[in-house]
Amino acid sequence: MTELSINGVKKTHDGDPAMPLLWFIRDEVGLTGTKFGCGVAQCGACTVHLDGNPIRSCVTPVAAAAGKNITTIEAAVGDKVGAAVQASWRKLDVVQCGYCQSGQMMSAVALLAKNKAPTDEDIDAAMSGNVCRCATYVRIRAAIHDASKALA
Amino acid sequence: MGILNRITGQASKSDVNTTAAPLINVSRRGFLQGSGGLAIGICFGPVACTSEKAAVSAADIAPFVPNAFLRIGADNSVTVIAKFLEMGQGTFTGLATLAAEELDADWAQVSVEAAPADASKYANAMLGGQGTGGSTAMADAHVQMRMAGASARAMLVSAAAEQWKVPAAEITVSKGTIRHAASRKEASFGQFAESAAKQTVPTAESIKLKDPKDFTLIGSTQTPRKDSAGKTDGTAMFTQDVKLPGMLVAVLAHSPKFGGAIKTVDDTAARAVAGVIDVVRVDAVPGVTRAAVAVLAKNTWVAKQGRDALVIEWDDSAAFAKSSVDIAKEFKALAAKPGPVAGTRGDAAAALKKPAKKIEAVYEFPYLAHAAMEPLNCVVDLKADRCEIWNGEQFTTADQASAAAVLGFKPEQVTIKQLYAGGSFGRRASSKSDFIVEATALAKAARAKGVEAPIKMIWTREDDMRGGYYRAGFVHAIKAGLDGDGNIAGWQSRLVGQSIAKGSPMEPFMIHNGIDHSSVEGTSDTRYDIANLQVELHTVEYPLPVLWWRSVGHTHTAYAMETMIDELAHAAAKDPIEFRKTLLAKQPRHLGVLALAAEKSGWGKPLAEVAGKKRGRGIAVHESFNTFVAEVAEVSIDEEGLLTVDRVVCAVDCGLAINPDVIKAQMEGGIGFGLTAILKSEISFDKGAVVQGNFGDYPMLRINEMPKIEVYIVPSAEKPTGVGEPGTPPIGPAVANAVFAAVGKRIRKLPFGDQLSA
Repeated sequence: MTELSINGVKKTHDGDPAMPLLWFIRDEVGLTGTKFGCGVAQCGACTVHLDGNPIRSCVTPVAAAAGKNITTIEAAVGDKVGAAVQASWRKLDVVQCGYCQSGQMMSAVALLAKNKAPTDEDIDAAMSGNVCRCATYVRIRAAIHDASKALA
Repeated sequence: MGILNRITGQASKSDVNTTAAPLINVSRRGFLQGSGGLAIGICFGPVACTSEKAAVSAADIAPFVPNAFLRIGADNSVTVIAKFLEMGQGTFTGLATLAAEELDADWAQVSVEAAPADASKYANAMLGGQGTGGSTAMADAHVQMRMAGASARAMLVSAAAEQWKVPAAEITVSKGTIRHAASRKEASFGQFAESAAKQTVPTAESIKLKDPKDFTLIGSTQTPRKDSAGKTDGTAMFTQDVKLPGMLVAVLAHSPKFGGAIKTVDDTAARAVAGVIDVVRVDAVPGVTRAAVAVLAKNTWVAKQGRDALVIEWDDSAAFAKSSVDIAKEFKALAAKPGPVAGTRGDAAAALKKPAKKIEAVYEFPYLAHAAMEPLNCVVDLKADRCEIWNGEQFTTADQASAAAVLGFKPEQVTIKQLYAGGSFGRRASSKSDFIVEATALAKAARAKGVEAPIKMIWTREDDMRGGYYRAGFVHAIKAGLDGDGNIAGWQSRLVGQSIAKGSPMEPFMIHNGIDHSSVEGTSDTRYDIANLQVELHTVEYPLPVLWWRSVGHTHTAYAMETMIDELAHAAAKDPIEFRKTLLAKQPRHLGVLALAAEKSGWGKPLAEVAGKKRGRGIAVHESFNTFVAEVAEVSIDEEGLLTVDRVVCAVDCGLAINPDVIKAQMEGGIGFGLTAILKSEISFDKGAVVQGNFGDYPMLRINEMPKIEVYIVPSAEKPTGVGEPGTPPIGPAVANAVFAAVGKRIRKLPFGDQLSA
């Protein structure tokens, strides 16, 4: 039995403790904003926060998240930084297909939570683990700068 | 017009935008039943209501459904029914803009809903069935959606005139408010939803569409995407997110080679995984799906664990067994021989006998995977006499028919719930409905074994990347000659590759006289005024499944054409833009985008120097899907050969710009998509098995590699054309030409990979 806290709600998992957190979040808890893209931490679509740090939930065993605070897109947009990121994403119409965008936003929120005025180089470093096949990168960059201004 | 003739280019260039778009009216009477008897005076919406019976809720009143494309609720909601798949290209927003413009709705009150499968109402006149593809949505639907909005507006006005007892001509509508100025009356759409439904549907002839000068939404940047909210809070629903009561997840082991069969299956270990419910064999549909074994489980992880525990011996005796080196050798050998003629002008052979200068080049294009972020999947809920499919797919009614055929059902026994697609780029427009057929066959096989639960079939990334339906690999062999004045004397292109249409239901519509036009589009029909041109095509018959991939044949033809044109310009010692202008003198829209891109990019002015780097600028112009795009790329190459694409200036002419910001986004995305392909992408084969499996060996462009992009739209009153694909073809040759300008090297084998450091 593994105890987890997802978006502030206690959950228990009594299956395979090696199951990646992604599948617990999606299939068991039913929070489907976090996406499956590659299964091997190469695309970032599954990005969630573990105690505030962005992690790839597709390669993080449920057991490794025991006792830690897990935040997904559904709750991340509720705090100040998350709301600013969401507002900028909407203002600049960043999304196209949208499938990767939860992961993009989770990486962006984690960046802005630690670095209120990221440079382009900071953005490259924080965001290059997140693939967008629609290549919305121009707007992702602009939206992070926009959210940064809004938070200043 | 036949199926897919727009994609194939079989329609003549002059008639593609003149498709009559009849206004389709569904029966309006059925939904009115049961909504009578409500007290007069009840009102809804923002205007104050004095009736004592106002407690009746808006939800109790049937919505106003003026036609198949709109639903106006008593709660003042306007729902646009979208017949096209939203896969990122912004079609929901475009359709809503068109309808809301003529309806004079407030943008905020408009939402969009996907249409069900019903070709009688939702056919794409440019494709034939109900489907999304070939960048046709705005071209097909712009009149239809405007007519739908205008018709609904007329009925709302008529209802208001009747109740207010004023002439309809004195009523105005603006931003969702119906007004009669003289009597100072105003109302929301919701207030007249019920009575508007009782008005006569106006005839198409009686409807006058707006003069473009009166547009408030079309061409505006104040129409943000309708799918933005759900895609930024985790609520947008993709196939991957469907969870039906009791649903099982299926993960499959597929034959690693195309044409392989199952010899033996040992599922002991798979069945021993806790949570595995059953193991189901799914036989191949020859030429459509691969042989597979599916593991059904309570969740995805368990299903995958079960799948990985299967021990399968494959029979590869009839499987495709070539390797990429063999393929390249065969293609190049064919390219050296004359082939069936796909297009000819003048006498290229004679003109190429003794030109003043002659250039010969062979270009190699690899197979490519679409690699959309959402791997392929499909949810099937199969009952004894009906089947419900949940999916995001481009060829709705073709897929419905294919699923019905698998099940022995009539198409109407199969319903499709259209969801967002997490990218597609053509993959979810399967010419043979392959993944729908596989999911349906799986559900049928499972049901035969007593499994009655709905099933979500999930392909892993590796399944998706190795599952075929690739952009076909191609070789182009070009011979081109200049006369003494530096004009093109003759041009011969010989193309070698597989046909998308061959063996698919599209074959009779797409292959004419042995030529699949989608293999040669963009070259045999080039707008360059080349007097002596011959294009030949060798169609290779391999059992590798191939499919359209964002911009189809233009993905390779634009590269070969536009880099060779650049070579010829240099050989003629002419400026590449001036050289093109001469050849395109009769093509005003090409000239328009060329001039705009040249001006905005600062063409002709020296690039800023960067220490340790060589810099270059290159241009390409290409027409696809009746949209014209020119792109100027600026690149830097360091001493070790590392290439950076610094800036891209894009000029696009897509006729009337319905949503300028969506057009910009599609150009940005199309450029990024094309850059991934030319710089990095290759699907290769090792004795028939696909080598690449995930983003480690099939890498994607990342944010740090994305250039600065500027997009400029040519103002135009021409009929609108698509933007989902046309941004992609010019970027490859623009970058290749910039590389030549920087370091003098021509890259003719894609992807670039590390060729610049060699």
